Amino acid sequence: MKGSDVMATEAVELGHVPQSWTRRHLLGLEELTAEEITLILDKAVVFKRLMAEGRKKLQLLAGKTCVTLFFEDSTRTRTSFMLAARRLGADTLDFSASTSSLSKGETLVDTAKNIEAMGVDVVVMRHRTPGTPQLLAQNLACSVVNAGDGPHEHPTQGLLDIMTIRERRGSLQGLTVALVGDIAHSRTARSNIWGLKKLGAHVIVCGPSTLVSPRWAEVGVEYSYSLDDILPRVDVLNLLRIQFERQFSRPFPSVREYAHLYAMNSERLARTKHDILILAPGPINRGVEVTPDVADGSHSAILEQVTNGVAVRMAVLWLLTGNRK
Amino acid sequence: MSILIQNGRVIDPSQQMDRATNLLIAEGRIAAYDAEPNGREEIIDAAGKIVAPGLIDMHVHLREPGREEDETIETGTAAALAGGFTSIACMPNTDPPIDSQGTVEFIRGQASRADNCNIFVVACVSKNREGKELAEIGRLVEAGAVAFTDDGSPIYDPELMRRAFEYCLMFDKPVLNHSEIRELTERGVMHEGLTSLLLGLPGMPPAAEDAMASRDIALAEATGGRFHLMHVSTGNSIDAVRRAKRRGVRVTTEVCPHHFTLTDECLRSFDSNFKMKPPLRGAGHVKGCIDGLVDGTIDAIVTDHAPHAKEKKMQELDRAPFGIVGLETALGLVVTRLIEPGYLDWSAVLAKMTCNPARILHIPKGTLQIGADADVTVIDPAVRWTVDPAEFRSKSTNTPFTGWELTGRAEVVIVGGRVKLSRQ
Repeated sequence: MKGSDVMATEAVELGHVPQSWTRRHLLGLEELTAEEITLILDKAVVFKRLMAEGRKKLQLLAGKTCVTLFFEDSTRTRTSFMLAARRLGADTLDFSASTSSLSKGETLVDTAKNIEAMGVDVVVMRHRTPGTPQLLAQNLACSVVNAGDGPHEHPTQGLLDIMTIRERRGSLQGLTVALVGDIAHSRTARSNIWGLKKLGAHVIVCGPSTLVSPRWAEVGVEYSYSLDDILPRVDVLNLLRIQFERQFSRPFPSVREYAHLYAMNSERLARTKHDILILAPGPINRGVEVTPDVADGSHSAILEQVTNGVAVRMAVLWLLTGNRK
Repeated sequence: MSILIQNGRVIDPSQQMDRATNLLIAEGRIAAYDAEPNGREEIIDAAGKIVAPGLIDMHVHLREPGREEDETIETGTAAALAGGFTSIACMPNTDPPIDSQGTVEFIRGQASRADNCNIFVVACVSKNREGKELAEIGRLVEAGAVAFTDDGSPIYDPELMRRAFEYCLMFDKPVLNHSEIRELTERGVMHEGLTSLLLGLPGMPPAAEDAMASRDIALAEATGGRFHLMHVSTGNSIDAVRRAKRRGVRVTTEVCPHHFTLTDECLRSFDSNFKMKPPLRGAGHVKGCIDGLVDGTIDAIVTDHAPHAKEKKMQELDRAPFGIVGLETALGLVVTRLIEPGYLDWSAVLAKMTCNPARILHIPKGTLQIGADADVTVIDPAVRWTVDPAEFRSKSTNTPFTGWELTGRAEVVIVGGRVKLSRQ
C-alpha cells in the first residue's frame, strides 16, 4: 500500500479534527468537558485499533515536530509520548533538562521560547511544580501538553485509566472507583478525580489520614481511611504509588505499616466484587501498594493501561495539532 | 513660598478633624486653618477633594542596597509619592542588611539625594539578620532607626525574641515580627486550604502564623515590650491581638490591602503575582481582616511593597519569590474595598494610614496640627482609574491588580512644604 492510500484510509476512519475541539493545550482534565473527554477516548479507540492492525506508521502529523521537555525522571510517559508522536508521523526531539542551559541559569520560559523558535509544534512537558505547563502555555505560541506537573495533574494518565475502565465496563456511569494511596502527592489521583466525575462515576479517595484530606468531600469526592471498609462496594481500584520523593515529612510510621493497612493482596481481593478491575499507574512498588499475585492476576489491567497510554497520547497530539498549520 | 490648599475637606484623625477649610502651609510647616489667599501663595484647588496628613506606609522593601535590579531608594520613594505616601519605613532585609550605623546612614543619604519622600529606617534585631545575637540596637537608635525587625525572616529563637523585647524597652522602640513557624510552611507556596489541595501546591497553614503570633504576644506580655505583628493574615491571629489588647498587652498590628481583597482561589491562575507571604487566604480570613479593621484591632494599613524584577517573578511557582509591589495601588484598594462597601469611613481609614503608624513608630508625622511638618496628601476620592503597571514609578511591576479599576488616588503630594507630585 502506498503512503497516500494509508492516509486516505485513516482519514476515513478518523475524520477531521471536529470543529467542537477548540483547545490548543491539554493542561488538565479539570478544565475539560465530558464531551471533550469522550471525544479523546473515542479517537483513542480508533488509534488503538489501527495499531492492533499493524498500522504503526501513520502520516497524520507528518511535518510536525513534537518535543518532550521533561524536568523529572520518567521512562514510561516520555517513551509513550515519543512513540505516539512517531506513529503519527511527527518528528520528535527529546530535550533533557539536565544537559540544558537551565543548568546555566537560563529561565524556563527563555529555554522554552528558544526551543519553540526552532519550529516546534507541540511541547510535552513534565515538571515538579504545579502550574508550570500553564506558565509555558501563556508564553508560547505552540501547543503544550502537560505530562505531569508535580502533584497537580497528569491528564493523559487520567485519560488512559478511564479508557481502560470504559473498555472493560462499557461506561463509567454509576461505577464506584476507589483511588488508593498517596492522594496528597498524586497528580494521577487529581486527573482521575476530575475525569471520572465528569463521566458519571462515584469516586472514593482512600489512604492514611495524613495523605487523604477530608476536604475532598467539598468537591463531591468520598474519602475513607479504611481500604477494608470500602472494598466490598468498589468496582474499580486504582492503586497509586507512594510518592516518597515528594513527601517532605514522613506521613506514616513505616512502609510495613502502610502495606499492612493498604496493600492490595489476595486476602483483600477475596472480599471484593467478583468482577473488580484493578489498575495501577505505575511504576508500582511491588509489595507496598499491591502484592505480585494481584498485580499479575486476572483482575489486573496494568499492562493494558500501558497500551492504552500510547493510543490516548496519539489522540491528544492529533486533536491538538492535526488541524493547525 | 507658602501654599494655600483651598476649599478641601480636611480630615485629620490625629485631631478628630473633618471639615471644609483652607489650609495654609508656610516655611515647610502647617501654618493656619481658615486662611484667606493674600495673592502671594501657590494655590491648590482642593474642591471636592480630601486633604489629609501625608500618608505613611510603615512596611516597605526598598531593596537598596543589594538588589537594585528590583528597586532603588530613588524609584521606591518615587512610587511612594505616586501612591500618596509622604513617609515610608523601610525594612532591613537588604544586602548588606541594615544592622549597622553605616548602612542606616547610607539609606538616609540616598533618601536625601532622591529627595522624594521621608524614609524611616527599621533596622535588624539580630546581627546580620541571622537570628542569633542582638544587633547593636543602641547604636542603631543613635543613627536614627525607629524600630527593629528581622523581616524577610521571622525572629525565631524565643530567647532572642525575649531579649529583643527587653532590650528595646530602654529605647522605647517596638519589635516588629514576621510571625511564622517555619517548619509548617517549608516549601509552601500558598495558603493551605481547598484550593491548595486541588492544585497540588504545597500549603502554608494558618496555624503557622497563629502559633508564632501567640508566642510573640506571650513574650511581649511577659516582658512589657512593645510588639508589632506584621502583615497579619489570619482570623485567629487577629483575634489573639484583640484579646491581648484587652489585657493591656502592648501589641499593635497591620494588614496589607491584598489580604483584605484577594483570596487563595486567585492561585488557580498559577500566576506568581498571587504568591506572597503570608499567603492569600480563604474568604473567612479576609472577613477576619475586615472585622479587625472595623473594630480597631488592626491599627495600620501597610503595603509590604516587595518589588521583584520580572525575570525573577516569571518562573515556576516554587522558584518565584514571594511578594508584590503595593505602594501605587494601596490607596485605590482601600477606597474601593473598604470605603465604598461601607466598612470604614475616611477618618478610620486615614487613621490607619497616618497617625496610627506614626504612633507605633513614635515619629513626628501623620498630623496636620499647626506647626507640624507640612506633609500633606490631597486625595481625589471619586476618580476612577485603571491599574497599568506600565505607569508605575516603581522599578518592578509585580502586581496582581493589573487592569483593575479602582476608585480614589492621590492628586497632590506635599512633603515638607514642597509639592512633590501633582496630577492637577
